[in-house]
Amino acid sequence: MATPHTSTDTDARRTLLRSWLGRRVADDAATWLDQQVEIIKTGDRPLQLGIAIGLAPRKVGKVDLDLTSAEQEAGRVARPDLDTTGWSVDQVARMLFVLASHRGDGDAFAAELGRVFANAEIGEQIALLRGLPLLPAPERLLPYATEGIRSAMQPIFEAVAHRNPYPRENFSDAQWNQMVVKTLFIGSRLAPIQGLDARRNADLAHMLVDYAAERRAAGRPISPELWRCVAPFAREAEVDILAAILRDGTEAERMGAALALSECPHPFAKPALSAAPDLAAAVDSGRIDWNTIA
Amino acid sequence: MFIDPHAHMISRTTDDYEAMAKAGVVAVIEPAFWIGQARTNVGSYKDYLSHILGFERFRAGQFGVRHYCCVGLNSKEANNEALAEGVMEILPSFATKEGVVAIGEIGYDEQTPLEDKYFRLQLDLARDLELPVMIHTPHRDKKRGASRSMDVILEHKVDPSRVVIDHVNEETIKEVKDRGFWAAFSIYPHSKMTAERMVSLVKNFGPERLIVDSACDWGISDPLSVPKTATLMAEQGLSAEDVRLVTYANALTVYGKSGQMAEADWLSPPPIDQRTLYQGNTILRGGQTPSVAEPEA
Repeated sequence: MATPHTSTDTDARRTLLRSWLGRRVADDAATWLDQQVEIIKTGDRPLQLGIAIGLAPRKVGKVDLDLTSAEQEAGRVARPDLDTTGWSVDQVARMLFVLASHRGDGDAFAAELGRVFANAEIGEQIALLRGLPLLPAPERLLPYATEGIRSAMQPIFEAVAHRNPYPRENFSDAQWNQMVVKTLFIGSRLAPIQGLDARRNADLAHMLVDYAAERRAAGRPISPELWRCVAPFAREAEVDILAAILRDGTEAERMGAALALSECPHPFAKPALSAAPDLAAAVDSGRIDWNTIA
Repeated sequence: MFIDPHAHMISRTTDDYEAMAKAGVVAVIEPAFWIGQARTNVGSYKDYLSHILGFERFRAGQFGVRHYCCVGLNSKEANNEALAEGVMEILPSFATKEGVVAIGEIGYDEQTPLEDKYFRLQLDLARDLELPVMIHTPHRDKKRGASRSMDVILEHKVDPSRVVIDHVNEETIKEVKDRGFWAAFSIYPHSKMTAERMVSLVKNFGPERLIVDSACDWGISDPLSVPKTATLMAEQGLSAEDVRLVTYANALTVYGKSGQMAEADWLSPPPIDQRTLYQGNTILRGGQTPSVAEPEA
């Protein structure tokens, strides 16, 4: 497991988010942002955090954030592995307000955020969950992340699971495995999950092998991405399944099987892969990888 | 394109959403209401409001239907004073959320003193937040109840051009129009208004400030009331423009005054909405694809 980012500089992160917004919103909206931040920082008005978060889209609009590469780099310096793909300005404004509500006490901060989550509509929840990696006291925010993973609303689930370093850094194996299996179950993509390879484990592989068997029994297709988390733990039975997919599968399924066999330490894996020399070569040369399939 | 500006989708099935989208309904407005079973504490009311602002909005988006809400304390539950006090405390924080187009549905049921008290408080809230209002007119003693509602609205200095009086009928339409309010008609089998009578009303009173809705809920009701009424209107000689006004444009005009609802929401939604609120396939499991028909009108 990667080291959790326990020491966070909330002021620096606020400055960074504010600078991104400053280049993208009108002057009156920027003034409004600063006023809200000042009120929230004092803590004198307990309801202000929720109100500001609610009003954010109508004040700053909803355009895509679309950071320049220099801005993205600054983001990753301030917060390693930060991925702002698909963020919008209203979401960043909401994150800014949450950061402003941190007054040094992690428990109080988490409790106030919990009250906001309890009343949050769908767009607010997505913004708050995408912003989790920016926040201090990450260990206290775990219930909000795991509740997001329980959601039946795919965009809320994906706000935690996709392009977000929080789960990799904070989820237990059981929580991680639930997230990965659910990603496949709801027809979402594994590739945008951060730390997928680093957090592979035998229990997850077991769950996925069972899930694949269930899908096969029902005559349903199996995502080629599934085998990525199985590969290091594949036994002879799984190598045989992968060999069969390599022979009979669709193009995407064959690529997934080839990638999985290339990452599988079982002695029968390499010979199985050599049955498809074209794919073996493509994997070997890096022409296909887990991001190109599915 | 149609808007159903009064639909309790929390009580409806995915089949209904599919049928509505196929029939050209591009947007629905879900007013907070009595769910058929009285809530006994503010917590369940709060979760209800979160539900219609959250999961229901998401569910609608899966079918290509844009979903908006009205939030409010309905008249029946205003009679539970402890609940009502709790709801009034949380209401302001919900009223300013994205997609909330009005305070509603509020008004009178039995016309008790408690109903009156919370009706007035919510009118003040709507005025302070500059939100439109959706008024439920009572089923019993309707004519006097509607009249009294309008008196109280004007007494609280809420502009009638921002207020929709709903469940209007032949008995109440004239006063509603004369006093400058919007008149909405719930085309609801067995009670309220029928499509046939609605055609006559539009012919007699003109399309200005008239709005057709389904009020579909947990009772015997029809989520296709708006498109069906539009079809009947066209068959019976009303102009395409008249039909457009009463089944689409009028609702958009009045609820659009919230700043939370615009045609662009469904014709050219922001990319962030496209990615989150307005597409996807969680509901449509098992290999189905979203069925979003081309708008018919």
